[in-house]
Amino acid sequence: MTDRRAILSGNEAIARGAYESGVRVATAYPGTPSTEILESLCGYEGLHAEWAPNEKVALETGMGAAFGGVRTLVVMKHVGVNVAADPLFTLSYTGLRGGLVLVTADDPEMHSSQNEQDNRHYAKFAKVPMLEPSDSQEAKDLTKISFEISEKFDTPVMLRTTTRVSHSKSIVHLAEPSEPPMRSKLVKDPMKFVMLPANARKRHPVVEKRMEEVASFAETFPENRLEWGERKIGIITSGISYEYAKEVMPEASYLKLGMVYPLPKGMIRSFAPQVEKLFVVEELDPFIEEQVRAMGIEVSGKDVFPLCGELNPTLVERGLKGLPPLPRGEVFQNLPARPPIMCPGCPHRGIFSILSKMKLFVTGDIGCYTLGFLPPLSAIDTCVCMGASIGHAMGLDKALGEEALGKVVAIIGDSTFLHSGIPSLLNVVYNKGMVTLIILDNRTTAMTGRQDHPGTGFTLKGEETFQVDLPKLARALGVKHVKVVNPYQLAATERVIQREIQRREPSVIISRAPCILSRREKIGFGEPLFISPEACAGCRVCLGLGCPAIEWVKEDGVSMQGKKRKGRASIETFLCNGCTLCAQVCKFRAIKTPDGK
Amino acid sequence: MENRVTNILLVGVGGQGIILASEIMTDVFMEAGFDVKKSEVHGMAQRGGSVSTHVRFGSKVFSPLIKEGEADIFLAFEELEAIRYISYLSPQPAILLNEQRLNPPSVSLGKEDYPEKISEVLLRRARVFKKVPGRELALRAGDARAVNIVLLGTLSSILPIPEKLWTENILHRFPPKAGRINLEAFRLGRSA
Repeated sequence: MTDRRAILSGNEAIARGAYESGVRVATAYPGTPSTEILESLCGYEGLHAEWAPNEKVALETGMGAAFGGVRTLVVMKHVGVNVAADPLFTLSYTGLRGGLVLVTADDPEMHSSQNEQDNRHYAKFAKVPMLEPSDSQEAKDLTKISFEISEKFDTPVMLRTTTRVSHSKSIVHLAEPSEPPMRSKLVKDPMKFVMLPANARKRHPVVEKRMEEVASFAETFPENRLEWGERKIGIITSGISYEYAKEVMPEASYLKLGMVYPLPKGMIRSFAPQVEKLFVVEELDPFIEEQVRAMGIEVSGKDVFPLCGELNPTLVERGLKGLPPLPRGEVFQNLPARPPIMCPGCPHRGIFSILSKMKLFVTGDIGCYTLGFLPPLSAIDTCVCMGASIGHAMGLDKALGEEALGKVVAIIGDSTFLHSGIPSLLNVVYNKGMVTLIILDNRTTAMTGRQDHPGTGFTLKGEETFQVDLPKLARALGVKHVKVVNPYQLAATERVIQREIQRREPSVIISRAPCILSRREKIGFGEPLFISPEACAGCRVCLGLGCPAIEWVKEDGVSMQGKKRKGRASIETFLCNGCTLCAQVCKFRAIKTPDGK
Repeated sequence: MENRVTNILLVGVGGQGIILASEIMTDVFMEAGFDVKKSEVHGMAQRGGSVSTHVRFGSKVFSPLIKEGEADIFLAFEELEAIRYISYLSPQPAILLNEQRLNPPSVSLGKEDYPEKISEVLLRRARVFKKVPGRELALRAGDARAVNIVLLGTLSSILPIPEKLWTENILHRFPPKAGRINLEAFRLGRSA
């Protein structure tokens, strides 16, 4: 048979590994950098893959599938594991029947996250083995091995990637899918699956014994490997850090760990004295380093490598060789930043321009709309985790009462609301909060690349399904005042917000318009607009929308109305979607469609 | 055999087609018999943010990221982004610069100025310097969006890889009509 090769991202390779392992059920909530795993996996035949409304539901569904005896993949980003932590810690006690692999995609450097927690701690905390690949080939191989370990030791296995592994591409050798051991069957086993205190007390010692067994397995596990080079420097490392270290110091000796928990302490004990100087190269926390130190072994790690942010070959080289940080002597300093920005025509822009104008305190949430924080809109005042906007508004209401009435509004996306906003809204009703919630219903999970969810009416595979009705859902939770607005109609939307925030009762405003990038629903905007150079008064109000299509042109002059101006606004035709927000905010009627309206 | 790895850094703005250009590149390098790795960060890129993609090929590649000061070839899709990543350039780099300026938000708002004299600075740093009128050539080929393929053509002109590997990959990737346009874009870029 010929060698079939492909260039795959780490995420695509995990999906391929799951397919080759004979996975039957896969579930996830989208989250950068993990999203492409399920998107890629759902292209393979013979398995069921689904988007769950949140990570806890994903893991519980995965557990059920694994209790039923089939191989199951559950995928989430690092902060998603916080959401799924409740089932995870007890899944460690129950074990399973079919293999279960939980992928945690960590985001050192916070490329697209609110923190950079190091999820290796979860393996230790929940007492489950954790494997960590360093490139795409390993991502595929370790996925397959994770299922074998899961079944061999009756334990969930965590597979940890980081953004650099998930989103880097390299060559992968493909294999055919194998039939896993057939166990799919409904089997009662209450002593194992019913974690009442009496049963759980019996399972805990089983967990401890299992982890001892995995630890001795780790000593001969081929993916924990010694690579002998010169003995002057010895490096213990795993994941992407291994690649950086090999890049800058190929001549050193390596203990390369494919399993980062539990550690092969015997291997470490034998490796350490055979090298003159020992380093642990790892991103974020000194997870391996502290365990090596606890063994009484002298080692260098976070004394020379940063604790915060991603590593890279430059940082690893500086640390290993004891060099000072690179000098910064280039010509250009303080370049204009280029942050991500809401798209031209984005339905969120209208809402944020109103909130900004009204100077409200906006409790925010996780999604594209978090970009409403950036100037010139500058209209987000809190953002912590999925679903938190509603709780924040409720807490402010209970703390400040009348003082906050009419000044605070919570804002959340449709996908985020369905992820973890529903119980919080229920709480507002139950505890008589005076909270107004705006749900930005763009019918997709936009930030991660437009994935479906229970509010879109479509599944991961694109099949039609029931579409949850948000106004009815809010009413069923007990919200009496539910309004639906079109965010492209600024004046009408502002009137609704003004009225609702004054209420001494819970209220929900649903801002309904599809994501401008939606492939399924297109808004029928007109032609791109243009700004009359004569009529523009140079007041800059339209620039306050933060639309990438509107630019400031510096030129001293006088407008048609005889006003002195230092410049004027202009529209880039090829960027403009014709959403008309700028025309609505222009007091001088200077912004028009090509037919002059 | 010495393990000589070639480092290519692509920089620009989300939406300029950098990822597609880098995908074609990595495929071609694999077809040509090299080990290859690339790294990019997406997620927020499509929202018009700054984008950089690292591509490395050779007999054996470890790190998917290029070390600062070691980018041999610099393919810049946008002028401001070119200087943002200047610390990555090797002492004698080949610099291929697309003639395009896309204003970042602070410049659009009139709060900051777009930096001047970018070409001059890059020219002084370069062993090989090519300034490519990407948009103009893409329009000539038949589609303004083909700027990425124009630049791929220019890149191909300084790499010792058979032209056929590039053209076959491009034709394979697009439907017939778009394939012809992109092939023309590639040829225009190659002779730019």
